Amino acid sequence: MSNGGGAASSTTHLLDFLEEPIPGVGTYDDFHTIDWVREKCKDRERHRKVRIKKKESAWEFTKSLYDAWSGWLVVTLTGLASGALAGLIDIAADWMNDLKEGVCLSAMWFNHEQCCWTSNETTFAERDKCPQWKSWAELILGQAEGPGSYIMNYFMYIYWALSFAFLAVCLVKVFAPYACGSGIPEIKTILSGFIIRGYLGKWTLMIKTITLVLAVASGLSLGKEGPLVHVACCCGNIFSYLFPKYSKNEAKKREVLSAASAAGVSVAFGAPIGGVLFSLEEVSYYFPLKTLWRSFFAALVAAFVLRSINPFGNSRLVLFYVEYHTPWYLFELIPFILLGVFGGLWGAFFIRANIAWCRRRKSTRFGKYPVLEVILVAAITAVVAFPNPYTRQNTSELIKELFTDCGPLETSQLCKYRSQMNGSKAFTDDPNQPAEPGVYSAMWQLCLALIFKIIMTIFTFGLKVPSGLFIPSMAIGAIAGRIVGIAVEQLAYYHHDWFLFKEWCEVGADCITPGLYAMVGAAACLGGVTRMTVSLVVIVFELTGGLEYIVPLMAAVMTSKWVGDAFGREGIYEAHIRLNGYPFLDAKEEFTHTTLAREVMRPRRNDPPLAVLTQDDLTVEELQSVINETSYNGFPVIVSKESQRLVGFALRRDITIAIENARRKQEGILLNSRVYFTQHAPSLPADSPRPLKLRSILDMSPFTVTDHTPMEIVVDIFRKLGLRQCLVTHNGRLLGIITKKDILRHMAQMANQDPESIMFN
Amino acid sequence: MIKSIIVDNTHVMANSEDVRCKCICPPYRGIEGHIYKQNVSLKDCNCLHVVEPMPVDGKDVEAYCLRCECKYEERSSGTIKFTIIMYLSILGLLLLYMVYLTLLEPMLKRRLFGHSQLIQSDDDVVGDQQPFANAHNVLSRSHSRPNMLNKVEHAQQRWRRQVQEQRKSVFDRHVVLS
Repeated sequence: MSNGGGAASSTTHLLDFLEEPIPGVGTYDDFHTIDWVREKCKDRERHRKVRIKKKESAWEFTKSLYDAWSGWLVVTLTGLASGALAGLIDIAADWMNDLKEGVCLSAMWFNHEQCCWTSNETTFAERDKCPQWKSWAELILGQAEGPGSYIMNYFMYIYWALSFAFLAVCLVKVFAPYACGSGIPEIKTILSGFIIRGYLGKWTLMIKTITLVLAVASGLSLGKEGPLVHVACCCGNIFSYLFPKYSKNEAKKREVLSAASAAGVSVAFGAPIGGVLFSLEEVSYYFPLKTLWRSFFAALVAAFVLRSINPFGNSRLVLFYVEYHTPWYLFELIPFILLGVFGGLWGAFFIRANIAWCRRRKSTRFGKYPVLEVILVAAITAVVAFPNPYTRQNTSELIKELFTDCGPLETSQLCKYRSQMNGSKAFTDDPNQPAEPGVYSAMWQLCLALIFKIIMTIFTFGLKVPSGLFIPSMAIGAIAGRIVGIAVEQLAYYHHDWFLFKEWCEVGADCITPGLYAMVGAAACLGGVTRMTVSLVVIVFELTGGLEYIVPLMAAVMTSKWVGDAFGREGIYEAHIRLNGYPFLDAKEEFTHTTLAREVMRPRRNDPPLAVLTQDDLTVEELQSVINETSYNGFPVIVSKESQRLVGFALRRDITIAIENARRKQEGILLNSRVYFTQHAPSLPADSPRPLKLRSILDMSPFTVTDHTPMEIVVDIFRKLGLRQCLVTHNGRLLGIITKKDILRHMAQMANQDPESIMFN
Repeated sequence: MIKSIIVDNTHVMANSEDVRCKCICPPYRGIEGHIYKQNVSLKDCNCLHVVEPMPVDGKDVEAYCLRCECKYEERSSGTIKFTIIMYLSILGLLLLYMVYLTLLEPMLKRRLFGHSQLIQSDDDVVGDQQPFANAHNVLSRSHSRPNMLNKVEHAQQRWRRQVQEQRKSVFDRHVVLS
């Protein structure tokens, strides 16, 4: 493998320096991969220039300071913007959510909770009732109770849900089609070196923010965490355009995007450290230590801004802060591990079902009617969700209710049975004590809610509105966990003389906290579907503040990951990347096959020969015909057709831009002018037109491997250096080329998947 | 001076509505559970100051207050109001623009220019099939100097072409974001 150093001889460097750089050379086409090595070299060159000039004058010194600190400035601005936008989204989503059930007459901009904030008519049993908040039935029909008002409330709920969903999908379709979906698979691909123009632009940012609120308010089974990461990355991208250090260099821009995604998760969950770990584990491709510090800073700034907006009067970033500190017992590890198994199984099932549904949407006529699909899904969700009080409420509130343990101050339906059990202090050994009917109806409703959410999330993730996956998965896990928790609690109460319970539980029911089971279940399900490990545990314990519960969380998350991996190695985001055919070379997969480079390289046996350029033999016309007849992204340059010795590599886009520029700026370039890549023009007859020098766009140090190099090493080189293509030589002569697309196709073939599904370069 | 005092008072009142001390007291010996709210400051936020009238007397007050939980909460209703109004106005503007783009503009164009122009403007060429045209675009971006209105029109046309490309990739060909 040849790795030419950046410094050519000083004379050539000086002469190239005097030549004007051609505008547009070094940029990339849409849907192409960047060249990490070239970008990093460009950045080092820029840094060297700044350092040399620093000693010249005070102004240059100030400029060098500005250059060094611009990274921190970008990251701070990104954190501020992310925090502010997350506050806006939270406030607006809460208000619109409550708009489905009624209005606050005294102040139209308050949601239900805020409307009743100052009222003194709230009672202990019904904490939400106050005269200022009117449901739609009260406003329209004039009565609050009764079957007529129930039907009117039902109807208004469906009406609002449908109109929000319709508005959201229309806005996405008309203004910014890239704003749909979660965004995390595409951001992962972008961070690994892919270009999608417009994906992180201003319109996408605005439409994603506005339609996220509408989508969440319409009651669809989705969350806002993934889209918040997309919003934060858009902010990072937009701010990086203010600084040429980041706007002109794609590799540096991706450092800012890594920090921005950490800020996004931090405001979504109120978990700055979890956000940094999420960025490290899930989203980023290259994560140098400098990015670690900057990501942490961005996450902290964003969390601080969100906290200082403090819209809801409780100084908490997220709803789920739990404050109990009851201990857990060793025998409870068994139900926790069972919850982990459930999480892994559900994760594997969800990934398979969702990918199958998305594939059907992609390839058949289903996908032709996105607006109709969104309306249909929203209608079904609203119609089925209204009767069940657990699905009618906001999913975040449901999770909070499930996480909260039953204490003397709680009055939710889930705690009705507790009073029965605690009321009789001296328990009799009466096995015929009937369970309070309250708990049975709550369990039934929870089971129905679980089934409903499992089914609807499969169809909701991937709709053409911004949709996230974290909150629905956590809700499913929390419901399952709570059911298991109540079951174990009942078991401990009615069989308190079993060995297990007698050892640890002294009083009947107080040793089991079902809220903890809900928390563990939520973590298990989220781990099963995304296959996160460390970042998930840190996020959950930052969310809940329960530092004592790290061991149960880790046990459940590890179990769910192992069970999920038994069914398929990919998480949901990698599965979507593979579905779309993005050129993402996964750093976590091992390549273990024994193929050699010459079996993967192009041209293959039956292909036309490699399209090469000779260093001083071609005319402009011949060069243009080579470019027009083929569709390759780059061409190796060789000394001559006889010797086939390698000189360098030239990119298609650079060649076309250079030729256009030369025809405009330089005189005398005709179609039969000679094109040369060498330092000095070849000797030509006297009457030939002026030759064209294209040495400045030639990459003189392309990476090469020999044809006997094992593919394991080649894949490793591509992964570690971020290459786009690599030339294959045999005995010093050029033989073929391996591109990233070839490697991905080869890996797909080895894994018995369809190699034609890799679509992009 | 009286006016300024009145204004001052209303200002203070608006702010004091945003703080509260909320005490939740569970049922105790036959007395029902109750929630008490008052606008007191942080140092007065405890059971003795907020629970009025006290439902138990004398010796039971301490036992009752031990079971109560008091929390001091502060919100900012101004932020909420500002955010909601700003959000609704941006949403309204976008809706108007959307109605204009989808319904009004084709109608206006058809009336002014006739049918032929409409067909022409929908023709677009994908960049890669004409590499030299693409290069032309890259270089010409730095050379044109139109006046203000032309610039806005030009930018809008470019934006709409981009959105159309995006719409094709996402909705029609399903290559991105399935």
